Amino acid sequence: MADKEVKLMKGNEVIAHAAIRYGCDGYFGYPITPQSEVMETLMELKPWETTGMVVLQAESEIASINMVYGGAATGKRVMTSSSSPGISLMSEGLSYLAGAELPCLIVNCQRGGPGLGTIQPSQGDYFQACKGGGHGDFHMIVLAPNSVQEMHDFVALGFDLAFKYRNPAMILADGAIGQMMEKVTLSPQRPRKTDEEIVRECGEWAATGKTPDRKRNIATSLELRSEEMEKINLRLQAKYRTLEENEVRYEAIGCDDADYVIVAFGSSARICSATVELAREEGLKVGLLRPITLYPFPAKPIAELAARGVKGFLSAELNAGQMVTDVRLAVNGKVPVEHYGRQGGIVFTPDEVLDALKTKIINKQ
Amino acid sequence: MKETLIIAGFGGQGVLSMGKILAYAGVMQDYEVTWMPSYGPEMRGGTANVTVILSDRRISSPIAHVFDTAIILNQQSMDKFEPLVKPGGTLIYDVNGITRHPERNDIKICSINATEECAKMGNARLFNTMILGGYLKVCPVVTMDNVMAGLKKSLPERAWKMLPQNEEAIRHGGEIIVEVR
Repeated sequence: MADKEVKLMKGNEVIAHAAIRYGCDGYFGYPITPQSEVMETLMELKPWETTGMVVLQAESEIASINMVYGGAATGKRVMTSSSSPGISLMSEGLSYLAGAELPCLIVNCQRGGPGLGTIQPSQGDYFQACKGGGHGDFHMIVLAPNSVQEMHDFVALGFDLAFKYRNPAMILADGAIGQMMEKVTLSPQRPRKTDEEIVRECGEWAATGKTPDRKRNIATSLELRSEEMEKINLRLQAKYRTLEENEVRYEAIGCDDADYVIVAFGSSARICSATVELAREEGLKVGLLRPITLYPFPAKPIAELAARGVKGFLSAELNAGQMVTDVRLAVNGKVPVEHYGRQGGIVFTPDEVLDALKTKIINKQ
Repeated sequence: MKETLIIAGFGGQGVLSMGKILAYAGVMQDYEVTWMPSYGPEMRGGTANVTVILSDRRISSPIAHVFDTAIILNQQSMDKFEPLVKPGGTLIYDVNGITRHPERNDIKICSINATEECAKMGNARLFNTMILGGYLKVCPVVTMDNVMAGLKKSLPERAWKMLPQNEEAIRHGGEIIVEVR
């Protein structure tokens, strides 16, 4: 085989490569298993010597997210990464970023909780990521990669969506995706945005240095007048409706003729794609719907499957049942929706999921 | 072709790097590849394992619970993984430190005494490539050329001077592995 630009890399390592190649301006973070390779790789690659990207180990997660706030307020492409407990520490900052409508990228390589929990993979932060992740009415754009290649691709997608909607975007991965190595094709190096380009693209809102011909740009989420604060909230909600209309992404495997559909994201979806293969070998028409955007959630395609005659849905998650609430809302009582999950860092097997599908849904009909 | 392999032993035996060499060799051979480590509280002296899958098709689940082949390098791993080899699969183990030899009759069992051979050669760091050589003799999933290319890719440049010794260890591993049943 010729020496293609195909590399073998861990999910965490590829985040670092993808950030540099995207033209990211700054990374601020604090180490935590299972995502520490993100910053380790950045430190090894020394992008400050090539693209000029800043890489800084802050004194805490709270400092990291506030550095992200500062960088984002100037229109720079900035990011952080952490794992579950560290993301909890960042939640005030996430709310402020969303309130001030600042674009940035956050990577959560989830581990089992609650509390300090375990370092093994989990999907227990679905609610935290999709239903806010801080106080107040806000949403982050949430992308769920299921391969090392998607870890790479979603860095660019996350930044692009964040800037398109002036909203924080999160890559919600887990310890399995972060720690495993797979083949990955790296994108070509893009130059970082110049100051002039940033003024041109973000001059309306970013603190790029006031010129006499425009008003001051202030990055803030504070508005003490209730009438004005409600207007801000309505504007945010209108933005979220646009996101829900335009940015839903999902993958459907074997759903066209499926009698039963498994809904799963991230590493679970990889396992459940093996469940689909097992079920099909047994002659069961099972499909997999994999949400790629967890927010905005692919409610419409799920509703369409329910309307088309799918007899039941199983939401398979490495948690106690979180995404299942969104599947139920989408199905709206038309057919049964059940949950199957493992917790505490235990990862289910394809057979376990198939057994759950049979006992919880198929055998009851 | 699909090979789902677990390599399990002590931290420090080169379990994860053996998997990495094989994964790189798989990439050179144009296979789809996943390498999934146990990344728990393992360290030198603790247990460590890695699952490597090589396939000519897209790999659905990178996490496996049963294996075509298990390479077992300590007793704890024998206890844990012997039952998880698929019927008709292969179990390869280094006899050093094994107090309970494998008992199953529905799988192929091979043993290798790489610990002792490495001691004779005076370089314990060749242990994992010698085991790899034994494995490749029994399960030739990748060519020797691709293994050497994978080895080179997985080593930092400063360690390339070790390549000839490792190549010799791989060949020797193939010579000393024995089929028990």
